Amino acid sequence: MSESTPRPIPWLGTIGVIDALDALITPSPEPTPEPRATARKRPQEPVAREAPTARATVLQQDTPAITATPTAPTAKPAPSRWRTLWTKLTARPKRPGSGLPARKSIVLLRNARRLSQAGFLLLFLFLLVRTEFRGGFAGGATIRMPYPVEAFLLADPFVALMTFLSTHTVYRSLWWSVGLVALTLVFGRVFCGWICPFGTLHHLFGWLMPNPKGNTTGGRRVEANKTRPYQKAKYYLLLGFLVAAVFGSAIGGLFDPICIAVRAIGLGVLPFVNYVTGRSLDAVSSGNIRLIQHATDGTRDALVATVLQPRQYFFHQTWIIGGLLFLVILANRWIPRFWCRALCPLGATLGVIAKHALIGMEKDHAKCTDCNLCLVHCQGADSPQGGVKWRQDECHACFNCEAACPEDVIKFRWLPNRKSTQGSPQLDRRKTLVTALAGACALPILRVSDTLDANYYDRLIRPPGSVAERDFLERCIRCAECMKVCPNNALHPAFLQSGIEGLWTPILIPRIGYCEPSCVLCGQVCPTGAIQKISEEQKLGNRERNIPHISIGTAFYDQGRCLPWSMATPCIVCEEFCPTSPKAIWVEEIDVPGREGRMVHVQRPHVDPKLCIGCGACEKVCPVQDRPAVYVTSVGETRSRTNVILLETENYNRT
Amino acid sequence: MAAHHGGDAGGRQRTRRSGWCKRTTHRSILRQTARTTTLPTDPMSDPAKLARRDLLTRGASALGIAAASALVARRFYDRGGWQGPQSSGRREVRDFRVRNAPGPSDFAIAHAALAGATPTQLTRHAVDALGGMARFISRGDRVVIKPNIGWDRTPLQAANTNPEVVAAVVTMAFEAGAHSVIVTDASCNEPGRCFQRSGIWTRAHRAGAQVLLPAEHRFRTMRLRGEVLDEWPVYRTLIEADKVINVPVAKHHNLAKYTAAMKNWYGVLGGRRNRLHQSIDRSIADLATFMRPTLTIVDAIRVMLRNGPQGGNVDDTQRTDTVIATVDQVAADAFGCTLIGQRPENLPYLHMGQARGLGTMDWRTLRPRELAFDGAGALTDYALAIPDDTAADEAAFAIGRRFLTPSSVILA
Repeated sequence: MSESTPRPIPWLGTIGVIDALDALITPSPEPTPEPRATARKRPQEPVAREAPTARATVLQQDTPAITATPTAPTAKPAPSRWRTLWTKLTARPKRPGSGLPARKSIVLLRNARRLSQAGFLLLFLFLLVRTEFRGGFAGGATIRMPYPVEAFLLADPFVALMTFLSTHTVYRSLWWSVGLVALTLVFGRVFCGWICPFGTLHHLFGWLMPNPKGNTTGGRRVEANKTRPYQKAKYYLLLGFLVAAVFGSAIGGLFDPICIAVRAIGLGVLPFVNYVTGRSLDAVSSGNIRLIQHATDGTRDALVATVLQPRQYFFHQTWIIGGLLFLVILANRWIPRFWCRALCPLGATLGVIAKHALIGMEKDHAKCTDCNLCLVHCQGADSPQGGVKWRQDECHACFNCEAACPEDVIKFRWLPNRKSTQGSPQLDRRKTLVTALAGACALPILRVSDTLDANYYDRLIRPPGSVAERDFLERCIRCAECMKVCPNNALHPAFLQSGIEGLWTPILIPRIGYCEPSCVLCGQVCPTGAIQKISEEQKLGNRERNIPHISIGTAFYDQGRCLPWSMATPCIVCEEFCPTSPKAIWVEEIDVPGREGRMVHVQRPHVDPKLCIGCGACEKVCPVQDRPAVYVTSVGETRSRTNVILLETENYNRT
Repeated sequence: MAAHHGGDAGGRQRTRRSGWCKRTTHRSILRQTARTTTLPTDPMSDPAKLARRDLLTRGASALGIAAASALVARRFYDRGGWQGPQSSGRREVRDFRVRNAPGPSDFAIAHAALAGATPTQLTRHAVDALGGMARFISRGDRVVIKPNIGWDRTPLQAANTNPEVVAAVVTMAFEAGAHSVIVTDASCNEPGRCFQRSGIWTRAHRAGAQVLLPAEHRFRTMRLRGEVLDEWPVYRTLIEADKVINVPVAKHHNLAKYTAAMKNWYGVLGGRRNRLHQSIDRSIADLATFMRPTLTIVDAIRVMLRNGPQGGNVDDTQRTDTVIATVDQVAADAFGCTLIGQRPENLPYLHMGQARGLGTMDWRTLRPRELAFDGAGALTDYALAIPDDTAADEAAFAIGRRFLTPSSVILA
């Protein structure tokens, strides 16, 4: 009996029955094949538009349905378990209200959107996992990424616009983003709803972990999905970032969703998964049982060949990046797609463009019964419900609202009338002005602190092929592609080494990994040209063809810690690893007195600053474990005309 | 509204709920107790008093928990204190040598004048002179081949073993009936890059071998109990095999002076090997004591004369078109070092190896054979018979030196 009681629309009231307890007390003997469908049953007469969402009214509406519910004793044999399951799986919940079915095309579009989201998320993860060098028997001596693993960034109009404003150029494949602009001009923000992997993550988590105090379809969800003033924040952010870009900083990359996804997943989540898997398999195989070891080795080989990394990567201060990802994902619990609605500057860029989109929504307000089903499923908080204007710039074009609408109110159309459409965020003029001012002032404020022109951090070693520091900050969007691709785990997100302005830009930490001399992958994956696409010959130089090498720093000896220099012990691992030819590290053969007065023959290493490329191999392999006796600082880097040691460098001679 | 539907179900639910509450609250228990104490009953049925059974179970469980915690504490008791690692006991040895399989020679040098023979031919003839690969490998063996794939260098720079030589050894191992052949090394530079750019990945794979990259999980810490090497992570793949073939490249080493067969075992170790250089000769000897390969095939197709072991400049190398095959890794290095103009007596690790009984520095005692191809590819095969005296030592040294000149005329 209790199962056949109709359920009111949950967000309109709290009355109802608690199924589990009632079922205990009054076990119903007859099978009830369609509990969900009956539960959704509502009076068939259309409800007046004026009906407010007050509880009393709803109760009145519900009463006839309740009284009219009969218990139908049937003589039919109980359907088999499989049949019940099948009907459960295939049955569509009956739509409330008038129950008008959504257009076939819309249902199709919605399903296509889900597929597209899943596909693009997988593509993104695939490209991210593959953003690393994996050798192979088919490979030759020249090593490049076989396909553009940074594709998502290349198609990012926010990145393109920002770097265009800062450098007045569109770097190489960044023109792909024009395609995305065109797409937005036709379909609106389909990128957000259909493509963006970060948006899909938020969509997914908004669905997986809804508000704890209301259920997935509850009143709180409806409230959370209404258009709110905080959604303007992303436009102010966008404006601030773009103005800052005009003044010469690509710091907006900190907030670009693709950059965040690459950075947080590539530097945080993937190494985390690697670590947990590795440690678990270690624990399993620690018993020294041959059979188990073989099994774990095989598992690990298979995982490494597919999703895991061949070694454990560590990244500087990556817990902050991971923690921020966690927080922004967690926000979905209270406000679904909080990131996309409130903060995303790429979404704001596309929102501005989407105002001119060819596709749009028409609403028949008279038919709306305020059932709010559209709001329950709305992703962009773009006011799809009746009685208000649809916010085209906020809409992700997910088509959930039309698919959910039981009353034929919402219709997506080509070239719609714009009677109930609002396309612009209607920013406050004064706030806009202040934001632009803030963006303009940000850079001078950051630069008068001592990071760039004065007291430059000596260990700020940039990847090979990087442009000069000022140009670098104009271009680097902190996407972390270079750090992900670095085969030696040498590149790391800077924390405050180059000030707030350089937050999460790449720096080389030789103690963790050195710059592999023949590797130019960081430049290859850099989408904005902060690291230029250099060839192996350009990196290493070629004396015969008079091509100078690229240096990223210079090595120095801490003679008090060096074994041959201060402890009469032979070593020179640094010289062995020095990759240049002739070697930048040269040794002085000398007999030095040992403690007992016995002479010890040692080779004392020296650095030739003309030849040193600053790769850091010496620092990496120095056996003085905690603080190495040889270390690299950025001085002498090819990209800088000021950060130099020698009076002349080959660079000046060349021109 | 609740009249019909809710009245029934909801009402019951409420009573049930409140009843449930009554049973569990503290006050209800008190009330119950108060009521029951007034009743005159015998002690056994008096709920206010502990029943004997109850007393016993509670007491027993308390005792049990106390006893169990005491047992756990006793079992995992840690007295503390610290004792440094002690190296004791016998040296660990992984001996893959084949016994009771005599061949016509134990030391073969295959050498060609410029363009006289391919690396594959030289490797084949050198091994055949020892009696063929079948002397060393039995049907069904799991063979591991350890070339030098230490550096991110191309074959022309001669910092890694020649890929053709490696491929030839793989092919011969399969021909001798090997069940599986693994080619691997623990590289110094980034492994994927070393394996790919050295050309060994391609060639070994094409020859049918399984090319394994040194993954972290394939290393396990063990005690080598050597003089300077004790606890180190060891590359399990290299020591879990039936037969191990060492295929080093002959080259200069700035600290050890010459590196080939014995020094190639650095690739057995994981971890931070950079400490080894403080006593490089002793660590080489320790590693060569630990690893006794089935066969050593030294690639001297192109040797590095300067700036070893990494090189990087083709000018530092020279073609010598020589392959040495031997069962004695000390002899391999004693002869091999002459190829780069080094004298064996200058290499302390050779003396240590000989003193430890790993082999002999006097390769002339191993029934040496030389297989010489002239420029046209014609082969002369003869025993190298050099009398044992001081002048002959010079002559033996000269044999290696003369290979350095590419246009050298072959003896006989």
